[in-house]
Amino acid sequence: MAVKPEEFNFAKNDQFKTAMIPGKFARAMRTCKIWQFVRFVIINLKMLVVVSKSH
Amino acid sequence: MARLVVLGGGVAGHTAATFAADWLGKDHEVVVVTPNSKWNWIPSNIWVGVGEMSKEEVTFDLAPVYEKAGITYKQAKAVSINPEGSAKKAKPFVTIEYTGQGKAGHSDEIEYDYLINATGPKLNFGATPGLGEGSNLGQHTVSVCTADHAEHASHELTKIMDKMRKGQRQKILIGTGHGMCTCQGAAFEYIFNVEHEIRKAGLRDMADIQWISNESFMGDFGMGGLHMNVGGYVVSSRIFTESLFAERGVSYITGAHVNKVEKGKVHYELLDGSMGEESFDFSMLIPPFAGVGLKAYNKAGDDITDTVFAPNGFMKVDADYSPKAYEDWKASDWPRTYQNPTYKNMFAAGIAFAPPHIISKPAKSVNGTVINPTPPRTGMPSGIIGKAVAHSICDLIKKGPDAHLHEASMAEMGAACVASAGKGWLDGQAAAMTVYPVVPDYDKYPGTGRDTDYTFGEIGLAGHWIKHILHYLFIYKAKLKPFWKVIPE
Repeated sequence: MAVKPEEFNFAKNDQFKTAMIPGKFARAMRTCKIWQFVRFVIINLKMLVVVSKSH
Repeated sequence: MARLVVLGGGVAGHTAATFAADWLGKDHEVVVVTPNSKWNWIPSNIWVGVGEMSKEEVTFDLAPVYEKAGITYKQAKAVSINPEGSAKKAKPFVTIEYTGQGKAGHSDEIEYDYLINATGPKLNFGATPGLGEGSNLGQHTVSVCTADHAEHASHELTKIMDKMRKGQRQKILIGTGHGMCTCQGAAFEYIFNVEHEIRKAGLRDMADIQWISNESFMGDFGMGGLHMNVGGYVVSSRIFTESLFAERGVSYITGAHVNKVEKGKVHYELLDGSMGEESFDFSMLIPPFAGVGLKAYNKAGDDITDTVFAPNGFMKVDADYSPKAYEDWKASDWPRTYQNPTYKNMFAAGIAFAPPHIISKPAKSVNGTVINPTPPRTGMPSGIIGKAVAHSICDLIKKGPDAHLHEASMAEMGAACVASAGKGWLDGQAAAMTVYPVVPDYDKYPGTGRDTDYTFGEIGLAGHWIKHILHYLFIYKAKLKPFWKVIPE
């Protein structure tokens, strides 16, 4: 059975044992073009709000 | 006609000079003094450092831009300021030494009515034995602080990747080269871009990648960390950062003061007082920053550098510099107008102003060595401060000495930050973050110091798209192309 990447990383280093490591779904969504386009719009809007509050 | 002299042509200086020239028109003169012939979009240097961009893509010639803007350009470094003039000159002036324009090595005195000190930092490689001499990079490590450094880093990275292809395992060490460094973000971006490139080349199994930092905890970033609104939770940047390091298999050392660099080895001291060594085949260590070493003299020629500048070489402004315990630090300690308290026609912007204290919690090793990040003052805050200072000076010139000064306190301003974790339109990633305010205000937000409605972060391809678009947008703006003024800092 193939080992999940997060299993591999948790075992790699004691420092990583208490870290939050993304699973397959979270990793896939990070580079999913459609979802990332939605996030692109949302992040830009959020940044514009912060920028407008700072000028 | 009034003359405004701007020392420095980086983000703060260039922003201040170009807005001032636009607002003042031809009735007044704006002079920029910078030792560089090119403007550098520094946030993209990390991509030059991994060979994903050329030096030419992150720089452009300043002379034609300043000519178009009607700005007098002096390719020179500022040596000293005489804010009261001298026995021979009634007006205040700056002494400069040319570095180009066919006059390299020649000195000149430039009189001014108003002065903006936006020199940026001296890259103080010399603070760590073996890291370099003075402001010059040494031979054992690489840097991404300038486009030339980044190009050199890319060549060295190529060499170790070639060794990996030949089956030689390589150790990579990236982080901060001194206990009092700032700019951990640049090192953070570089380590993940290096990891991304090595993984893309199919060589990840041949590289041990290690982070070393003066931050007392992961995700401090010189801002004492931040609590971000992520997925409905308010999460410490420590969780966010440790997650990325664990995911990418990058081990880390925190609370480290690198005290010596040798060929293939660094020596460091940790907050618990223990000493350690770390070997490397390739290392990029950010140097600490210091003021550029400007001197100041009064009318009689006496040295008044201590009056104008803080001991670290940064210019004193309207901050509260009185020594206080960490518990007594206030958001109101931070400057609002960036006006020098002694000489009201002098201002400082960007890295050049002296912060009242650090932002992170102060830390010393049990041996007494100070190991804590110094406050970041780059990027968006630099641009906003540069513009506010230019606005104040334009009003002083046009409306008179009683004009209201514009304010841009880092304790009331937010910042958007996009930290690349690998370049690629389809497979790149970056951490997109906003923080509000930059300097925490525990009176307003007693728990986290910041407004969690406006402090968030997430990692993904969208962040990379934003960082890559910002690269083109800010270079477009800096070149003063049509509608440059509508692009925010």
